[in-house]
Amino acid sequence: MTESATAPSAHAEAHHELGFVRTYIFSTDHKMIGRQFLFLGLFMLIIGGLLAMMMRWELAWPETNIPLMGWVPEPYMYGGILPPQTYNAFFTMHATIMIFFVVMPIMVGGFGNFLIPLMIGAGDMAFPKLNMLSFWVGFVSGLVMLASFFVPGGPAAGGWTSYAPLSAQASYTGVEWGQHLWIISLIILGISSLMGSINYITTVVNMRAPGMTYFRMPLTIWSLFITAILLLLALPVLTAALAMLLFDRMFGTSFFLPAGGGEPLLWQHLFWFFGHPEVYVLVLPAMGVTSDILATFSRKPIFGYHAMAFSMIAIAFLSWVVWGHHMFVSGMNPLLGTAFMMSTMVIAIPSAIKTFNWLGTLWGGSIRFSAPMLFALGFVSNFVIGGLSGIFMASTPVDIFIHDTYYIVAHFHYVVAGIIFALFAAVYYWFPKMFGKLMNEPLGKIHFILTYIFFNLTFFPMHILGVGGHMRRIYNPLQYEFLQPLQGINHFITISAFILGASQLFFIYNFIASLAKGRRAERNPWLANSLEWSAASPPPHGNYETTPVVYRGAYEYSSPEVSEDWLPQNRQVSGGVARAH
Amino acid sequence: MLSWLPEDVSTFGGEIDRLFYAIYYITGVALVVVTALMIIFLIAYRRREGRKATYTHGNTALEITWTVIPAIVFIGLSFASVSTWGKIKAHPPAAEVTLQVTAKQFNWEVLYPGPDGKFGTEDDFQVDNDIHVPVKKVVHVILKSKDVIHSFFLPNLRLKQDALPGKDIIVWFEAVKPGKYELPCAELCGFGHSGMKGWLYVDGPEDYAKWQQATWPAK
Repeated sequence: MTESATAPSAHAEAHHELGFVRTYIFSTDHKMIGRQFLFLGLFMLIIGGLLAMMMRWELAWPETNIPLMGWVPEPYMYGGILPPQTYNAFFTMHATIMIFFVVMPIMVGGFGNFLIPLMIGAGDMAFPKLNMLSFWVGFVSGLVMLASFFVPGGPAAGGWTSYAPLSAQASYTGVEWGQHLWIISLIILGISSLMGSINYITTVVNMRAPGMTYFRMPLTIWSLFITAILLLLALPVLTAALAMLLFDRMFGTSFFLPAGGGEPLLWQHLFWFFGHPEVYVLVLPAMGVTSDILATFSRKPIFGYHAMAFSMIAIAFLSWVVWGHHMFVSGMNPLLGTAFMMSTMVIAIPSAIKTFNWLGTLWGGSIRFSAPMLFALGFVSNFVIGGLSGIFMASTPVDIFIHDTYYIVAHFHYVVAGIIFALFAAVYYWFPKMFGKLMNEPLGKIHFILTYIFFNLTFFPMHILGVGGHMRRIYNPLQYEFLQPLQGINHFITISAFILGASQLFFIYNFIASLAKGRRAERNPWLANSLEWSAASPPPHGNYETTPVVYRGAYEYSSPEVSEDWLPQNRQVSGGVARAH
Repeated sequence: MLSWLPEDVSTFGGEIDRLFYAIYYITGVALVVVTALMIIFLIAYRRREGRKATYTHGNTALEITWTVIPAIVFIGLSFASVSTWGKIKAHPPAAEVTLQVTAKQFNWEVLYPGPDGKFGTEDDFQVDNDIHVPVKKVVHVILKSKDVIHSFFLPNLRLKQDALPGKDIIVWFEAVKPGKYELPCAELCGFGHSGMKGWLYVDGPEDYAKWQQATWPAK
């Protein structure tokens, strides 16, 4: 597995012999696999987004015709009117797609694959074939999930959390194969992620270039490394729970069905034991990417590098003991509720540390407001709101009221949908390296401004709905007298969401047009320090002409050692001593 | 923002709301400070010709400060929450009125013990989706579910508790103001989840007696 690290030039030559299929489809090159994950994720993002648009229409103008949707056959829609069953299926699939087929494939699959070997100075992943398999298994999983839209009864409609017994017996939702396929798809996806995480961990541990000590790794790599460890440990729990759920549904077992002696809460414990580390799987790479981009565009070392790395390590440990905060009103022992409140308050500390260090990075900088920087700042801004709103539900008594309301919906969209800002930041930042072309900067700025404004106008008012008691996952708020005065807010949110959705056309156009006819990118368009910028744009198969040697960390911006305001990790400074930091 | 909270008519609702307000003001201050610093830094340290960024890797004293301060705040909030949580969930006062609510797709079955005060006897009285309770009495509700998980949500009483199939869960409240309050299901329970709701009628002593006389089986 050191083959590619020691002989990158042999790989570069082998590259020319590969045909179309081996280069673009069944590629073992981590960069192509990264691009494949990115395209998969962006495609699914469009589907997940359109589902959200239809849900927003329903919430603002319940049981009226959704424009342009009259073609959907009964019983899924009635002349464009969503029935409750389809609404439930849509929010289930919206969340499932956004979490498992957008954020994970793009941040972990896409950028994880593309960046890990490049940023640690390796020629490829440790197991290139396993890597290819990981993508194609993930692809099959996506197909299975999409296929569930077309089976009788429609897709899963028990929420992305699929609480048993609702999900454990077809008669409760009326969904037979949709839920089966949902389970099967996620089991397959778990296999894909497991292969990916094994690969990431092995690569980071074994294939760092000479001089690339752990504490010289960029925080992006730290975040992906920790994410891979979390995935490796969390996914088997989900897979086991999913298998039990499938057995309950198909083979008459009663793991979660009380009639047969099962325990409904067992599902929630297993699901959230996976689910909370999963939240950090989603958000850690976003934090890592944000840290690197903030430093690059502030032309300053990241503030408190070690604090940043250790706070992520702390999150990795603590994320295993907070799952019960999803279950305060579930009927779990109240004493456990108190214990989980304490652990949840503790896990908020490393997130606070990260936020303050981002502020510290901006302080005294020489800040350039390029599109990647704007989106990274947008991520920080949203994360601050999402982090602070989380404190409300950490407090057990307050959670009694806001649990299962739009307050929760607002909170996790600020955190998880907020990741889209880090995702866009990463696309704008690494696009030149991925595709050898530059994206259009003014279009990127317009995209940011519109997305930032309408993201906040969409999700912030959801806090108010939640305070008003508006339940999540309801199909028609007008059925409730106490929610009728809040309906104006629902109108406002829906209109904002439509503009937020339409704003993404700037991104789609920019992405495609830049791919087709963007200006050629040089190696290091942002004058950044980490190793990937010393490779060609895009890097050839094998990445580096010679294996880079690392002399310092990735954040030596504005160093007094050199006259320029950047100092790449692999540049030897005459007379300079290689320093850990 | 918190003026949107539904009217609170519960004895323990005030404590929840006070915690809500406390966290609202603490996080509000944090949000304003962090956002203001961010904006100030973005303006003050924007790129200008001839000025190089400050070369620093961090500051240990600052790291300790911004670790310890949030830690103290979070631990304080935890302790402030514990007693209210215990009061609501762990140490209910003795029941003055007991009734049983069984959730099912997509109704609340409300069972009153009838004049003899005992469940499982002939004079039990059952009705769908209407709960009548007397004002200023401690009410215990034995929550059950026949099929999936539902959630018993009384926004005006700051009460929410999932109803689990196969398990009896006792929740309690004491309403301090007569009125009619909505009772939605707060946990997704199937295609009829939206619209699964009932009403809680908090009656004055006379109205409650009148309602009992009119609806309950005779002694």
